[in-house]
Amino acid sequence: MNATSTETRSVVVERDIPYPPEKIWRALTQPHLIQEWLMKNDFKPVVGHRFDFRADWGAVDCEVLSVEPQKTLSYTWSAYGLESVVTWTLTPTSTGTRLRMEQYGFRPDQEQAYQGAQVGWPRFFASLEQVLARTE
Amino acid sequence: MPNAHDALFKTLADPTRRAIFERLCREGEKTVGALTARAGVSQPAVSKHLGVLKQAGLVRDRHQGRQTLYSAQLGALAPLIDWTNQMAGFWESRFDDLEDLLKRMDQ
Repeated sequence: MNATSTETRSVVVERDIPYPPEKIWRALTQPHLIQEWLMKNDFKPVVGHRFDFRADWGAVDCEVLSVEPQKTLSYTWSAYGLESVVTWTLTPTSTGTRLRMEQYGFRPDQEQAYQGAQVGWPRFFASLEQVLARTE
Repeated sequence: MPNAHDALFKTLADPTRRAIFERLCREGEKTVGALTARAGVSQPAVSKHLGVLKQAGLVRDRHQGRQTLYSAQLGALAPLIDWTNQMAGFWESRFDDLEDLLKRMDQ
């Protein structure tokens, strides 16, 4: 994605979804709907609005960067030393919508490796039982 | 490398051992004595935990005069900290839940 720096990376998930952009937009921007598929939140589709996502493993601090109704939405995503930006793009197709999520971020390696590790803690603990069951 | 993962998981599964490792990460090099002062367990127990951490590559020791200083080896966590892998899995499952929600919104 970015050839000039090895410290920045991105994650892209893209799916064709059989619903129109208007409907997906609601699920991406209405707090009670966001909560159904992502996390509890106090999101508002307003540039500059600061909000957080909350889960039992911790919180993600966010700020809305851009809002273009039914087309694109982006917000910062900061958690445990991972500084990133999440951008949603909705493109109408003949069968519905192509929904793309890109998370672009960086984590300066040595200094924040420990914090970075904490990003993995929830998954770490989820896997732990399985691993232990397998190895004992 | 499931074996490398298993070793890390098993090593960090013990809360006391994990607390020692986290403290070395946060505060840098320490002697066994300094670690024992706040570990809530005896010095031999702390030494034993340090030995296990060292075996897993999570901790390194060096001698300075009569003291041994222990430090965290963050590189050993590399298999667990590739955030892109973790977040990709996270978002894939969130997309699944989003699609479920959209189906429900239809009704």
